[in-house]
Order: sequence, then C-alpha cells, then structure tokens
Amino acid sequence: MAWETVIGLEVHLQLATSSKIFSGSATTFGAEPNTQASAVDLAMPGMLPVLNEEAVRFAVMFGLGVGADIGRRSVFDRKNYFYPDLPKGYQISQFHAPIVGEGNFDIPMPDGSTHRIGITRAHLEEDAGKSLHEDFHGLTGIDLNRAGTPLLEIVTEPDFRTAEQAVAYLKALHSLVTYLGISDGNMAEGSMRCDINISLRPSGTETLGTRTEIKNVNSFRFVERAIRHEVERQMDILEDGGSIVQETRLYDADRDETRSMRSKEVANDYRYFPEPDLLPVDIDDAYIQSVRDTLPELPAEKRSRFAQQYGLGTYDAAVLSDSPALADYFETVANDSGDPKIAANWVQGELLGQLNRSDMSLQESQVSAPALAGLIKRILDDTISGKIAKQVFEAMWNGEGDADAVIEARGLKQVSDSGELEAMVDRVIADSPDQVAQYQAADEGKQKKLVGYFVGQIMKLSRGQANPQMVNKLLASKLGKG
Amino acid sequence: MYELTLARIISGLQAGEFSSEELTGSFLTRIAALDSQLNSFITVDPDAAMAAARVADQRRAAGESGALNGVPIAHKDIFCTQGVRTSCGSRMLDNFVPPYDATLIQRFNAAGAVMLGKTNMDEFAMGSSNETSYYGAARNPWDTTRVPGGSSGGSAAAVAGGLVPAATGTDTGGSIRQPAALCGITGLKPTYGRVSRLGMVAFASSLDQAGPLARSAEDCAILLATMAGVDARDSTSADVPVPDYAATLGDSLQGLRIGLPREYFGEGLDAATGARIRDALSQLEKLGATLVDISLTSTELAIPTYYIVAPAEASTNLSRFDGVRYGHRCEDPTDLLDLYTRTRKEGFGDEVKRRILVGTYALSAGYYDAYYKKAQQVRRVIRDDFLARFEDVDVIAGPTTPGPAFPIGAKSDDPVAMYLEDVYTLAVNLAGLPGMSVPAGFVDGCPVGLQLIGRHFDEARLLNVAHQLQQVTDWHLQRPANPAEAA
Repeated sequence: MAWETVIGLEVHLQLATSSKIFSGSATTFGAEPNTQASAVDLAMPGMLPVLNEEAVRFAVMFGLGVGADIGRRSVFDRKNYFYPDLPKGYQISQFHAPIVGEGNFDIPMPDGSTHRIGITRAHLEEDAGKSLHEDFHGLTGIDLNRAGTPLLEIVTEPDFRTAEQAVAYLKALHSLVTYLGISDGNMAEGSMRCDINISLRPSGTETLGTRTEIKNVNSFRFVERAIRHEVERQMDILEDGGSIVQETRLYDADRDETRSMRSKEVANDYRYFPEPDLLPVDIDDAYIQSVRDTLPELPAEKRSRFAQQYGLGTYDAAVLSDSPALADYFETVANDSGDPKIAANWVQGELLGQLNRSDMSLQESQVSAPALAGLIKRILDDTISGKIAKQVFEAMWNGEGDADAVIEARGLKQVSDSGELEAMVDRVIADSPDQVAQYQAADEGKQKKLVGYFVGQIMKLSRGQANPQMVNKLLASKLGKG
Repeated sequence: MYELTLARIISGLQAGEFSSEELTGSFLTRIAALDSQLNSFITVDPDAAMAAARVADQRRAAGESGALNGVPIAHKDIFCTQGVRTSCGSRMLDNFVPPYDATLIQRFNAAGAVMLGKTNMDEFAMGSSNETSYYGAARNPWDTTRVPGGSSGGSAAAVAGGLVPAATGTDTGGSIRQPAALCGITGLKPTYGRVSRLGMVAFASSLDQAGPLARSAEDCAILLATMAGVDARDSTSADVPVPDYAATLGDSLQGLRIGLPREYFGEGLDAATGARIRDALSQLEKLGATLVDISLTSTELAIPTYYIVAPAEASTNLSRFDGVRYGHRCEDPTDLLDLYTRTRKEGFGDEVKRRILVGTYALSAGYYDAYYKKAQQVRRVIRDDFLARFEDVDVIAGPTTPGPAFPIGAKSDDPVAMYLEDVYTLAVNLAGLPGMSVPAGFVDGCPVGLQLIGRHFDEARLLNVAHQLQQVTDWHLQRPANPAEAA
C-alpha cells in the first residue's frame, strides 16, 4: 500500500531577551550552575512573577513575521506537574489564549519552489531547569539557570509530507527569527528545540493516522534522520497489519533510532488554569503598529527583492538571504563590484566554501565584503582571470592583504600585452606541428575541442596569467590562417 | 504602657516621654510573662528587637525618624523576614529562614518599626480558629479556653492581650476580620491589590490581601499608610494613589448611606450577636448615617464559590513545597516519588491536605468547567451584586461573624461548621472589596465585631466610619483581664 506521511512540528524557541521572562535574572548560556537563579526562579515562598515586556514584543514580532493574528488579550496559565527542575510545581505557559494565533509561512525549497505551511499558534512560556544525573553518585543535581528562560512555542499545522519540507521549514524559521533578532536560533545550545509529530495514512485518504511525538530533536540533520527512521518504523508496523501506539519517542543520535520514552502513555492532567499572579496581556493596535514599524526587511521580502533587483534565481536569492549578515555581505559585494551575478557566485562558491572548510561563521570571515568586491573588480577589468582570482582569494584569506596587494606581490597580473601573447602563441604553434596538422584537418566542431590543447600550453607558459580571451582570439586567427 | 494606642505611642516617642528601648522592653517583658498562655507568637527574638529599638532611638536622636520610628510591631508568620524563620504555621517551613524581606516588611522597616516577633497562624492561613497551626492553637485573651479566630489569630490575640500595640495579618476569606472580631480589636482587609503580596507566602493568589490589626481605626489608618501602594514586583498590586487616611478620619457621617443586607441578619446569626450589631448600627445612625435595608442575593453563593477558588489556587501554590530546595524534606528518600509523597505527608497538616485535594479535584480535566470555571463566573455575579448595591449605598454593614469566639476544639472535627464562620466575610474577598471589623460589644464576656464593607479602594471611608463610631463608643477600649490574673 502507498502511504502518505503527515508531519507537524512544535518548536521551542528560546527568546534572546536580556533577562528571564518572569524575573530579572540573566539568561547567558553556560554559566556556572545556579548562578543565574534568583529567588523568583527558585520559587521561594512569596515570590511572584513579573512579565518581561521584551518577551511580549519578541512574540508579537514573530506573529507579524508570519502574518498571524496577534492575541489582543492573551492569558498566562499554570501547567501543573511535579518535577525537580520545575521549581514552582507548575510551568507558566499560555493554554487557552496564546499571544500569536493562526498565520502562514512560505518556505523556500531547494528546488526553488515555495511550500506554504500553516502556523497554528505560538505562545509564551518559561523553560524549566536542568536535572544533572552525572557526578552526583546516584543523586540528581538541579541547575536552575535555565528555569524561567523565555520560550516561544511555535506550533504548525500537520502540513509537511516529507523530511525535506520539515528541515526546510526549520531552516526558514531559523532565518526568520535571526532576521527578527528575537533568538540566536542556536540548536546546539538548545535555543531551538523541535518536537516532531508523525503519522502515516493510506495515500488519498483524509483521516489522520495515530501519531507519535519525537521530543527534543536538536539539529537539522537529526530532524531529517529522526523523521526517516520513524516513518520507516511506522510503515513496517502498518504493513504488517499492526497499529501505531500513540506515545512520546526519543531520537537517539548515537544509535540513529527512535525509541519509546515512556512505557505507558499516561494522559497527563496538567490542570491548566489562569495564572492568578499575572494580569492578562492586553495588546492594542497602536502597540502592534509600533512593533511593526521596527520590523526589518524579512527573508521572504529580501528573497524577492534579490531576485528582482539583482537578477538572481530563486534558489540563489534564498541562499544569499538566509541570514541578515550574509545578505548584507552579498549586497555590499554586489554593489561595490557592480556585478551582482559574479558577486553571487563568489559569495556562494568561494566564500561559503571557505567558511565551511574552516568551520567559521560569516562574522569570522577573513575576507571582508569590500575586499571581495575589490577582487571581483580586478576580474572585471581583466587584471586577472577568474582562475587566478581564486588563488588571490586564498592569499587574501591567509592575510596577505587586499586583492591589489596580492596581485602585485605575487606578480599575478594578467598578460594582456598582444605582442607578448603573440610570441607565446607562435612558440606553442611552432612546438606542436602534429597538433596543428590535426587541427587543420578537423571540422569546425572538432576544432573547438582541439583548441583547448593550445590554450593549455599557453597558460602553462604564462603561469596562468595570459588573458584567455586574447589568447583565444590570437589562436583562432593564427591556426585558422594555417 | 501596653495599653497605649499606636497613635499615642507615636506621639509619646516624638515627645520623648519614653524611648523605643523602654517601650520595646516593656512589651517583650509582657510577651515573656503572658505568651505561654496565649501562644500568640511563633518566633520572638528579644535581642534583635532591643537592638532595633536602640537603632531607632539613635535615628530619632539624629533627627532621621520614619513614620513608625521605634514603634513595636508584630508580623504574621506568613510574611518573609530576612534572617528570621518564616514558618507560615507549618512543619513544612519550620526550618525556613528567608534570604529576603516581603515588600510589606521592607516598608515597615523603612518606616522605622521595631519587629517584636512573628505571630501564630493557621497553617498556610487555612483555618478560622488558629487550631491548624503546627505550633498549637493561639488562645483568645478574653477567654483562653476559646479560639482567637484565624487565620491571623496570633496577631489578633497578641494585640488584644496587649503583647504588641499592632500587628499585620492577611485575609483570604476573613482571616483578619474574623479574629479581630473575636478578639475585640480593629482589623482591616484592604482592597485586593492595595498592599503588595510579594514575599507573603501565597494561599489563594487572587484573594490574599495583607492588612493591619490594631486597637483602633486610627491605628489601622496609620498602619495602612505604611503598607499601601503599588509594587513593581507584584503585578496584581494596584497603581492607585494612596490617600491620606488620617486626614478624613474626622469627617462627619451626615448623609452617609449604610446598606444592611437582609441576608446578613437571617438564619445562622446568633441572636445576642445580632443585637450587639444593631446597637452599633444605631450609634452610626445617631452620627447622621442613614441605614438602608438592602439585599445581597448572591450571599449564599459565597461559601461554595470560595471553597472552589481558594483550594484550587492553593493546591498549585503549595506545589513548590516539594522537599527539593528548602523547607521540610523527609529522611532518606528512596526515590523521587518517595521524596515528594513523604515530604508532603509529613510537612502538611490535615486541613492543608484537605484543601490541596479539593483544589486538585476542582482543576482536574473533566471537572474544570463544572467547578473552577463556574466558580469564576459566579464570582463575577457576586462582585456585580456588590457593585450594584454600591450605587445606592456608601458602605455595607453587618456582623463580622455569626457569633462570638467558640471553645477550642468545638469545630475542629467539622470542617463545614468551621467554614460557616466566614459566611459574612468570604464574599468580600471574592469581590476584591475592602472590609473591616470594628468592636461592637460583648456577648457573654466575649467580643463581637461589626463588619464594614466599602467600594474598591474606599478604605478611607471605612476608616472614617469606624473612627467616628469609636469616638462615641468604648468597646474598642475595653481590655481583657491579664490571662495570668484571670487564671
């Protein structure tokens, strides 16, 4: 039987506020355990939450970014359960009235198309602390630094059919939130954690199958693998006539498998009710407008502008607008060099390749955008060929100075002197009588292939510095004459 | 010296008639002599109190006194006090020493008040008799075989017994007004949001409110001026200007309209108590007020509504007492579940457990709509009922309790009988209104109280009415014989 995969995602996004959602504690990652936990975070008796306005603003920014309804009156609720790293015995969340309602999100796919998915809702809540099971000799340590860190839980409709779509969504979401500046989106540090709901149904049917939920997957790659494994697992069960147990599963990256997290799926009764220590959050049009006024150009807008303004293909436009920093870098190179297409090729090819090889972020790039533009200008004015330019780029990366300095120091300037080139062409022709004869006997189609030999010899002779266009022209006239 | 009102103490300190050290010493001596019979304090630290008194005297000498400089006061043991054990009347917090002060404590400290100690209370403020305290019941100074009321019973007993000039309390369903009534003192529960809840151990967050217990309305006005005001760290505290309560105490009651809900004078009210209340009301009439018969048809809804809302909130407020970070922890837990269950089994008393169970049930899936949600809707009905009456009258008055103090043990096995103690006071918390209890005479030698209920943030009016009544009556001036003398 043919099966259709149905996937919905819940992303817990850590908001990059300077303090926690309900206390003034800092939210820096990696601090010594319990050094960023105040009396409020420890749920000391009598302590009360006070809502961080910045978290509200960030949530509204996200809502506007996905064109969602903003809850005019959102309400915090208590989600009650006992756990040692949940100090109050309840998590303050939003259940009945979230701050962000329904919205839509267009995801650029690798093939250049766009996949639209629905955002069901997004709500604010506080993170829990961490239980540390190592180093305590059979006991458990509790670190409450993370307790009270603001999270935006973003829930999608079950609008994904493939792992690729899910990953593309996460990448687009990552891009959106970094554009908005509301999260660092760092999955490795847990700033973006993903729960995946997966079910299968016979192709062509409408009713959703029984789903499983894979909790806390923390990299794009793991999301993709977790989905593939879970789909296979479910398909095997269904093909064998079995049925799926609704349960929470864990993706084990080391073993590359999903496994059941809870032996029995007890329907947890969280006893949600409105948090009496906080007032409802009332948001009016003026506030929404004031937030809207601060929004930067968002990835989707930038993509279409790049395509239009710079004549880029949709895929290139999407890659180059992935992060605000990369987009800015590209635009500087494009505008300074005056050739957006070559700029796009260089940024995507050499620059991203080099960053990738060196495992560096764009911020750590050894070649600045104006410097790269300077290099491209030397290609455009025929000072160097594209091939030599790659050498120059390497040298620039290694700190040998800007393009002109490298070209000068290494004597890489392209040979465009027609006299000099003509001498080289004559010498190669004189040294290769067999190839000349072969060439002259060939038809026009074959000649085009055979000319490469002569070009190669001349490049060798000039150490790559011969102007290729001029060489071609000279060869055509000399060989053609015979 | 122990018979002085707060107002008199302040003027005496200002005039140099006595020092804070002398005053504090005399109250500490009384506590040492008499509190073994009243059990009104959980913690007294005489050395710290004397040191604070000396510092206050130095401040005064340096000309830097706050409004309550050198004035001895006691705080209900529900307010967190930095470096001083805050038990909330529970074994759960018997070892808990907060590293911070409640906002209310900060305000009293800033005003220069001298804390004598922390007063006894029903465990986690759940009770109307002080009998649920882990530290044993406080006793009524008028008759030590009787309860002082609760949950702020220790504060009321200490003030009535002359162990302290004034004390703080909290009121979730009557916990200031009922003990004030049963101990013959004046107590005020302010409007919800008038006084910060930060650092006050939470019972029912949407109902809890701190207020003063003292000898007179004038004393309550002085205390409220120190307590009231918005607190950025309590989102539910109200950003409403604090008026000069003392300035309007002397206003005439001419033309004041006082509503008497017929539901507050019906079945369940002890006849003699009802008669005392009517006597007090006729005094107000003589002062120029008009008594108006009204009906608060929502009255019968108060107890069932309260006993959903309050336990529901309490059940989750008390989840933090899990033995993990502070407070009681059971010995040698075998695993997490054992840690939780044994810690809470040992740490909480029966009434607290009862309310956690009721509240957990009321919030459970499938019951939420029928109980908690419905209760919140009814709560709106109760509030609207009051607000409609306040279109016709300025103040609503009636008895604070159905009768005088009952004997210790009389109702402790019958929760419903105990809950009926608060039949006249609960609705005020549900509606978020200010309410006050003022001494209104005696039944069989035990005091009863007149309850005054005002519009939101109209504490000034309640204090004015009570003060005017206290100008023409002397019930609030009557003192119990020293327990030691009576015995």
